[in-house]
Amino acid sequence: MSEASAAQSPWQTAKIIRIEKRTPRVTSFFFKLSRPFVHQAGQHVDVRLTAPDGYQARRSYSIASAPESGGTIELAIERLEDGEVSPFFHEVAAVGDEIELRGPLGGHFVWSDKDGGPLLLVGGGSGVVPLMAMVRHRTARKSSVPTALVFSARIWDEVIFRDELINLDDRRNGFDLVLTLTREAARRPEDYSRRIDAQMMMQSMARLPEPPRLAFVCGSNAFVSAAAQALIDADVPADLIRTERYGV
Amino acid sequence: MVTRGFSSGRKPPTDTDARIPPGQYLEQGFPVLSAGPTPRVRTEDWSFTLKHGPRPIKKWNWAEFNALPLSRMTRDIHCVTAWTKFDTAWQGVLIDDILADAGIEAPTAFTLAHSFDGYATNVPAKDLVAGKAMVALLYEGKPITPDHGGPARLLVPHLYFWKSAKWLNGLQFTERDEPGFWELRGYHIYGDPWREQRYTGDP
Ligand SMILES: Cc1cc2nc3c(=O)[nH]c(=O)nc-3n(C[C@H](O)[C@H](O)[C@H](O)COP(=O)(O)OP(=O)(O)OC[C@H]3O[C@@H](n4cnc5c(N)ncnc54)[C@H](O)[C@@H]3O)c2cc1C
Repeated sequence: MSEASAAQSPWQTAKIIRIEKRTPRVTSFFFKLSRPFVHQAGQHVDVRLTAPDGYQARRSYSIASAPESGGTIELAIERLEDGEVSPFFHEVAAVGDEIELRGPLGGHFVWSDKDGGPLLLVGGGSGVVPLMAMVRHRTARKSSVPTALVFSARIWDEVIFRDELINLDDRRNGFDLVLTLTREAARRPEDYSRRIDAQMMMQSMARLPEPPRLAFVCGSNAFVSAAAQALIDADVPADLIRTERYGV
Repeated sequence: MVTRGFSSGRKPPTDTDARIPPGQYLEQGFPVLSAGPTPRVRTEDWSFTLKHGPRPIKKWNWAEFNALPLSRMTRDIHCVTAWTKFDTAWQGVLIDDILADAGIEAPTAFTLAHSFDGYATNVPAKDLVAGKAMVALLYEGKPITPDHGGPARLLVPHLYFWKSAKWLNGLQFTERDEPGFWELRGYHIYGDPWREQRYTGDP
């Protein structure tokens, strides 16, 4: 950027170029950026909606796409009943609409293949989104960093990015997927059907060749608290654990 | 830019408008944000150290700190993730009273607040004195839970809430304005919600 005074990540308009339903409650929106940027896997954007009377609502959404996806970003937005912004996306937003956003934002919950591993990723519900960007970045870079993703969802049909994740898992190139369903029986032998606990963390880490050097935990506040505690109970040092909380 | 199809259904009543900084919305709950797992700090292990540069000026244990004058602050708080919460009620020790107990006035213009988990955040000294900030020990009359930064957290309510460092264990006066943890990671060096200073480079 030429003007030293301009903000690092100014507001820009981005056009919705594709909408893809991921699960009954989560839909992906693909945006073409008017001012392209290269993000780091794990970063988010802030989105702001403006009403005719000037009222604005603003929320943060993690970027699901890999940094390598060039000029477009994917946001995967879960519809929250009685929410303000997420129902707008699900009910109103259409291909061709322009939305204001700024980013990339956040410099702590980020991973690049240069940071190495082994990497332990733990996501609950839409908390998988920034972890997906990390997994996709790893794939795009053809990285061999050993990575385990423990992904908690309520039911099989709410596993966001399910086909893509299972395909990556099937390649057996150092990426391991562990699903845990909290309201349904497990479907695959390596999966669980209960809430995350220390034993599940220990067994998942045993899939890595060595203990993780970095752990990323993302989801609702309650999920992150419980999962981070499970990691600590599984003897993961607290200073290796990075968290991102989506709020209430 | 007006967003097609978006209406101001959630616009707060105008009598609260003046209390909500730009880009913020009113929240009834109390969300939690932090960079890592929640440290469990026992009050037996707790201490608070006041420093000037590398030099410790005074250190208090839990009992000593609780013997300092307790003040109340009921304030609106503003998180950078865009929620604002009205009338949060805290009790704790004003920074003024901490400095008085140590027998000093702010020796430099800048500080770093330090936490048990290694987190630090920078706050200018003038934003901490004259009744503007405290080390909070109670929230709504009860000990602050670990989630919300207990046993003790900094409370600087007129700045974005990441400046109100959780699990506080010290305050260090510094010669220069040194960016802390989030400030090194893309967040604004000062963080005034009324000027919407969220991210590095915001005016
Ligand atoms: C860094 C970060 C990254 C994020 N990434 C993602 C992501 O990738 N995907 C994603 O889906 N989300 C993500 N989130 C969460 C997202 O920012 C929003 O919080 C979420 O979409 C809800 O916004 P909303 O406007 O729909 O709901 P809100 O209006 O904020 O409401 C949230 C909940 O509170 C209740 N509620 C709030 N106000 C009221 C009221 N006045 N009356 C009744 N009920 C109320 C609603 O019922 C709703 O369930 C992220 C958050 C952060 C901080």
